[in-house]
Amino acid sequence: MATAPEIDAPADPLEAFRSEAREWLAANFDPDLRGKDNSMSAVEGPNDDTPEQAAWKNAIGAKGWSVPTWPKEYGGGGLSRAEARVLQEEMAKVGAWNPMGGSMGVMMFGPTLLEYGTEEQKQEHIPPIVRGELRWCQGYSEPGAGSDLASLQCFAEDHGDHYVVNGQKTWTSGGQWADKCFMLVRTDKSKKHEGITFLLCDMTSPGVEVKPIQLISGSSPFCETFFTDVKVPKGNRVGAEGQGWTIGKRLLQHERNSLGGGGSSASRLFAGAPLSALAKKYVGVDAEGRIADGELRSKIIKHEMDMRAFALTLRRVQLDAKSNSGPSAATSIMKNVGARIMQERSELLIEIRGMAGLGWEGEGFDEDALKDTRHWLFGKAVSIYGGSSEIQNNVIAKRILGMLDHQ
Amino acid sequence: MAILTEEQTMLRDMAREWADNESPVTAFRKMRDAAPAEMFDAEAWKAQAEMGWAGILVPEAQGGVEMGFVSLGAVLEQLGRTLTATPLAATSAATAAIVLGGSEAQKAAWLPRIASGEVVATLAVDEGPRFAPDRISASVSGGKLSGTKEFVTEGDSAGLFVVAAADGLYLVAGDDAGVSRSARYLADSRSHAQVVFDGAAAEKLADGGADLLIKVTDRAAAATCAEMLGMAEAAFAQTNDYLKTRVQFGQVLASFQALQHRMAKMFTELELMRSAVEGAFEAIDANRPDVPQSVSLAKAIAGDTLNLVSREMVQLHGGIGMTDEHDAGFYLKRARVLETMWGNASWHRERFARLGGY
Repeated sequence: MATAPEIDAPADPLEAFRSEAREWLAANFDPDLRGKDNSMSAVEGPNDDTPEQAAWKNAIGAKGWSVPTWPKEYGGGGLSRAEARVLQEEMAKVGAWNPMGGSMGVMMFGPTLLEYGTEEQKQEHIPPIVRGELRWCQGYSEPGAGSDLASLQCFAEDHGDHYVVNGQKTWTSGGQWADKCFMLVRTDKSKKHEGITFLLCDMTSPGVEVKPIQLISGSSPFCETFFTDVKVPKGNRVGAEGQGWTIGKRLLQHERNSLGGGGSSASRLFAGAPLSALAKKYVGVDAEGRIADGELRSKIIKHEMDMRAFALTLRRVQLDAKSNSGPSAATSIMKNVGARIMQERSELLIEIRGMAGLGWEGEGFDEDALKDTRHWLFGKAVSIYGGSSEIQNNVIAKRILGMLDHQ
Repeated sequence: MAILTEEQTMLRDMAREWADNESPVTAFRKMRDAAPAEMFDAEAWKAQAEMGWAGILVPEAQGGVEMGFVSLGAVLEQLGRTLTATPLAATSAATAAIVLGGSEAQKAAWLPRIASGEVVATLAVDEGPRFAPDRISASVSGGKLSGTKEFVTEGDSAGLFVVAAADGLYLVAGDDAGVSRSARYLADSRSHAQVVFDGAAAEKLADGGADLLIKVTDRAAAATCAEMLGMAEAAFAQTNDYLKTRVQFGQVLASFQALQHRMAKMFTELELMRSAVEGAFEAIDANRPDVPQSVSLAKAIAGDTLNLVSREMVQLHGGIGMTDEHDAGFYLKRARVLETMWGNASWHRERFARLGGY
């Protein structure tokens, strides 16, 4: 089984921090919680935390290590990147996971607010994200504005000290469980990109209505969200009126980084049994002990090699970031490659297990196989959301390769 | 890019500058048209040796700079970009064999001459058209080696052969009376000779262990990958430039989304290729136990990616890419040779699978 290669060993000054992290984990992370990760609850819905899970969440939230590199004054860990890596290594060693790691507040909204928010907004919103007390959802896409996000229509009308918002959002991940929504609205119909503003809306405001969308995987992690005369105070505007597109794009960068290369999705990619072992179990072996089906064997090899190359690229991107030579161009390929490999793996799991890999529910299937069926279907979204693979290819072609639009 | 030391960065930049200025593709074209017996420009090779490149793997005690594979890879990549006809990769592979398996006397006899550029060295392994290190029949009896090696890179000019025999690797001087060569002209216009050893005086490399041949061919494959990386990078960049200038239907080709997506796909594969290839150099320099896996990963991905990029280079250039006047054909022809050398993508995927117990 390929694992993401280890980043080079930390230099000596970090060793003191390493012992600190180790001691703190020993005191706060219950080894029984190994593998009981609930970080997907952001989109899959709140699961009732056991008292042990809740205690772990409280401990890491209070310490600020749910967001180790965020500034201390807003409750973050205040660690350097190097220290954060050490923490990650130590957490991996004991099987500790970050309960807030997959949340939209941590992955997307928080970093953006830290960059663009007022002092007051940061004081108000960042600490609850760090402690995992509030759930955020994203109000970007609309029925007529998916990949062409800038044609969004949801309108916020200026009423002096507040805006009145009318319109519809869709694909609101976790909308039915969210407390707050960061959203892009139109404040000027005469301009396209410059007419967009970034607002923070309370999901309990009168006039907000959510309707879950059922997916092919059977789950409903997304909602249609309707806004009817919803009042949003002006103090909930991030940045200036009309600056929303710039801020919103910055947030999408955070999203892409976390989807493509970042912690949670990458670690999920490398989790699970090696496909070769599973194939031997289901398909059998030939006289030389190899996977009996030659073509399937070839596909699995190609997949494993792709995965290794991806892991090496991930490492290269991290090293580049560390060397301060600026973000590597390789960053732009991470989302597409990550999506391709994840989907390839799901398809191979079905091919390996045959009918046993297509179980929907009930008797006669093992739990992993049932999970993999849902993951196969849910995973089709990875190449669609956060900028589809085609949009990512447009970005590579235009921004990196300098290819042009029609004149 | 792997994090290079200051020294390595200087080396890479110097190589890039030299290749761009002193050895552009026009130099390769000139060499091809002149077709010298050794199939490279002897003056250019001399210049490379003077810059210390022939001694990158040679220990300081024998007159080299001992900078390792990351450094060698950085140089070969730059030379690959402009298709520099150079015996550096072959010589480096042979050098690695002597460094890994030679006695002190053998090192002292050959490495200083290699580092100075006086001797072109090469590996002679295959006895047929495909890479098959497990099918060696050349044999040595009483210090005399006999057997026929096919498609030996730089076989026309090599002053030293590191020859795989059934029981190990041997050094054979190129001027030995028992050595005869016949040129084999391949599509890439480089040197590939059949070399017949008929009772040639051979000295065994005795210190390298039972898997010395594999260690050496892995290093040869890694050096080849470096050239392939540079070629793929250059073929891609030239194609991208061309699409920005060629106008059809009143639009530059670069504005067509169908072509943009093909370029984005190639760019993506190129980034993965770079990671895999640099990963192999690092594994070799660190002498990690997973060198075989890392090299097979690199060679397989490099083979597939260069194959794609070289085909697309011709296709996206349209008719002009089919002409001998254009450089696209040079990349296409050289690509297939390097893809085949030291095991093609299928061979390396198969080995990767075996090593992983699939």
